[in-house]
Amino acid sequence: MTMNKTVPLIFERSAPGRRGYRLPDLDVPAVPVGDLIPQDFLREEPPALPEVSELEVVRHYTQLSRRNHGVDVGFYPLGSCTMKYNPRVHEDVTSLPGLAAIHPYQPEETVQGALELMYNLGQYLAVISGLSATTLQPAAGAHGELTGLMVIKAYHAKRNENHRREMIIPDSAHGTNPASCAMVGYKVVEVPSDERGGVDVAALKALVGPNTAGLMLTNPNTLGLFDENICEIADIVHDAGGLLYYDGANANAIMGIARPGDMGFDVVHFNLHKTFSTPHGGGGPGAGPIVVSQELAPFLPGPVVEKQGDRYRFVTPEHSIGRVRSFYGNFLVYARAYAYIRSHGPEGLKQVSETAVLHANYMMQRLKDVYHLPYDRTCMHEFVLSGVWQKEHGVRTLDIAKRLSDYGFHAPTVYFPMVVEEAIMIEPTETEPKSTLDQFIDVMKRIAEEAQEDPELLTTAPHRTPVKRLDEARAARHPVLRWEKP
Amino acid sequence: MRYLPLTQEEKAEMLQILGVDEVEELFDDIPEGIRLREELDLPGALSEAELVRHFAELAGQNKNLKEVVSFLGAGSYDHLVPALIKHIVGRGEFLTAYTPYQPEITQGVLQSIFEYQTLICELTGMEASNASMYDGASALAEAALMACAATRRELVVLPSTLHPEWRNVVRLYLESQDVSIVDLPYDQASGIVNPQALEGIPWPDAACVVVQQPNFFGLLENVAPFRDVVKKHGGLLVMAVDPISLSLLKSPGELGADIVVGDGQSLGNAMGFGGPSLGFFATSGSKLIRRMPGRVVGETVDSEGTRGYVLTLQTREQHIRREKATSNICSNQALNALTAAVYLSVMGKEGFRDVGYQSLQKAHYLQEQLLSMEGLSAPFSAPFFREFVLKAAVDWEDINLRLMEQGFVGGLPLARFGLPELVLFSVTEARTKEEMDHFVDLLRGLIA
Ligand SMILES: Cc1ncc(COP(=O)(O)O)c(C=O)c1O
Repeated sequence: MTMNKTVPLIFERSAPGRRGYRLPDLDVPAVPVGDLIPQDFLREEPPALPEVSELEVVRHYTQLSRRNHGVDVGFYPLGSCTMKYNPRVHEDVTSLPGLAAIHPYQPEETVQGALELMYNLGQYLAVISGLSATTLQPAAGAHGELTGLMVIKAYHAKRNENHRREMIIPDSAHGTNPASCAMVGYKVVEVPSDERGGVDVAALKALVGPNTAGLMLTNPNTLGLFDENICEIADIVHDAGGLLYYDGANANAIMGIARPGDMGFDVVHFNLHKTFSTPHGGGGPGAGPIVVSQELAPFLPGPVVEKQGDRYRFVTPEHSIGRVRSFYGNFLVYARAYAYIRSHGPEGLKQVSETAVLHANYMMQRLKDVYHLPYDRTCMHEFVLSGVWQKEHGVRTLDIAKRLSDYGFHAPTVYFPMVVEEAIMIEPTETEPKSTLDQFIDVMKRIAEEAQEDPELLTTAPHRTPVKRLDEARAARHPVLRWEKP
Repeated sequence: MRYLPLTQEEKAEMLQILGVDEVEELFDDIPEGIRLREELDLPGALSEAELVRHFAELAGQNKNLKEVVSFLGAGSYDHLVPALIKHIVGRGEFLTAYTPYQPEITQGVLQSIFEYQTLICELTGMEASNASMYDGASALAEAALMACAATRRELVVLPSTLHPEWRNVVRLYLESQDVSIVDLPYDQASGIVNPQALEGIPWPDAACVVVQQPNFFGLLENVAPFRDVVKKHGGLLVMAVDPISLSLLKSPGELGADIVVGDGQSLGNAMGFGGPSLGFFATSGSKLIRRMPGRVVGETVDSEGTRGYVLTLQTREQHIRREKATSNICSNQALNALTAAVYLSVMGKEGFRDVGYQSLQKAHYLQEQLLSMEGLSAPFSAPFFREFVLKAAVDWEDINLRLMEQGFVGGLPLARFGLPELVLFSVTEARTKEEMDHFVDLLRGLIA
């Protein structure tokens, strides 16, 4: 089957007067619109939406879908994103009308099943994190960070310590961490990494003080390494009066193995679209619930679900910060995470983490002779290579990433974390068969050979994709952000 | 475990290559004091069949709106959803992809977002849209913050007719950055902001004024006075709009809005107990466009000159700018934006207009029928679109429970927002005359 280089835009398929969907005929007496709404408010022409048939819509999106890589299509070792298999039964159970067709303002008595699910999921996440109280409201990881920081800020304010406005963040942190700090008016204080890739403990000691609001940490960190000094780090921050925030993007390494609460963290967010397998959907929707210690529970956004006897009801925590979005968060997304936890059970979740870590170490071991491994130690669920050896041949990590597309793989995460030059961050996940890991390893080795023998093959890659390398600089210089009628 | 393909032999082989005896050893970096040595206290694993049964039980405890007829709205609406949407959106190539970081192999998602952006521009009359926000409320909060950054001012004027939950979200986001809020009271007779309330506001300090159209009561605000006064003093007009209403109403662009946001649930997304939906976010002018939060897709060409799409204007974003980014948003609501794009495409120009037209007609039909009833009155006089408020000295919560026994959910009692006796009805094209007539009869019996 051949694939055209381009697919026309849906607007380019439009023909005046063509229709795709018809409503039933109006069954109430029609009143002139101008009698119901003053003319002044009305537009003269309806919005210029495409005029296409249903078949054209189906074909259009089917053609588009064929130009897209997903976990269902092939290996997707995108570090820090946990691109694991998304069980199809979750799609089925969350489209039951009893979940998908309920309104957020129905009387509580008529949505007890939904409240039960929310309550239990909150409890499960508390168990997994070793903390106490959950809000399911945040819609993604970054939204969880924002919520967690707002809770921390409210906690300090309540203790008349509103001057604590410095948040310490490692130089290896994800960009959302400092960006979330800015959203709550916190000053970002960067702590360097030590030579083993962890937080530089001596530097941290020098940075904490009376203005410290806390520390944000990913553990395992963004290098895929577990910070062995975590207990000491927690003590340093706590002794200075700060709180510890756990960025749970990497929780796939630790389920049933270690708990952020036991490590000393006070707030955790989970990316349910990573660890708990809710589909990434091309960039969302995700869900970023946070779990907090008993002390912070009164500050959570409301409402939260409470159990009284065998009934469930919404309540607002005593010192609630308010809301971070309307209604109760991405319900149908976190319902999938609930399904994931129920189908795995305690043993299954632990096996998930063990296998994810085994897979990552296996790949790291087999690739470290061919790509530079800046931190040569046991990794957790992911590891970070560097393309510096290939750079000597004039090939950059970006070129390696593009070349992988020619072999049918999605690239790893590249150029993150920033502490590694030409970073290549690989996260295989537990759901890939060994044969896929081996194929990927072989291709990575082959690409390393290509880099030596024929660098241009890489610098001009990809060659077998529907479009060739796209000019991103041009897109930014001359932004064309919408289609215009010619 | 059923999703783990690793066999015992393969595992042994991997361990051998790693030179370790047990997987356990790979976790040696975790100090013993924090190693969990007991099993997580969670219920045991369910097979697929058991999981399906368990979910059927949970879902069965909820009254769903396929079995009962509802007049609830206030941000989540029961519109008709064309059947093809779930088939398209459920395709694994869309469902199981992530943010399109490698454009050459993710043209499908990128082009669909570019089309989505164009559709949002068509509805709103603005020049540019981003790829989506979490929901309407957080989109509005980000719009207010963007207005502050663009004008270097720290005051936001909010109407009291804004959805109370949205107001709560906006307040929290603004307070977190020490931005002040001034409230505009509404006129008790009309239910919209009283133009006189616009006097006495320190406009030279105001970054923006927000107008929700239609407002929380379903009523149409007069936008021009807001626009005129805020613009005169160099502030911005931010509009929060219901996308379905844009099938009939003048576009915010035409009304002079600088930033337009809204919630896209009603564009083909399930109610889903309030989520996921999407927030849309649009603006005009290159200065404001470069301040937008979130992902944006732009058109470009490949090395052979073929048209293609990429994520662009990324120097606004957290992964590059870190604490100087225009927002912290990373994952958004892409699949819901895709849903909205498919919805708007299949509805098309005529179909979409019909949705607004029929919703308008049916809402007015129901209002008229209800007002013919003894004891019910319309507290507000401003024109409305597809939601309206009625007043009666009855316990609406109780009435709703009794209606439920007869297969109906009534309107939303506004007592929960501190407005006793008021109830907010929402009517979409999905309601039939028969349902409405039956509902009116039942309600008459309960109120009498
Ligand atoms: C380490 C880390 N933190 C935070 C985030 C933000 O999560 P989200 O995209 O769900 O907002 C990510 C996402 O990639 C991440 O990798």
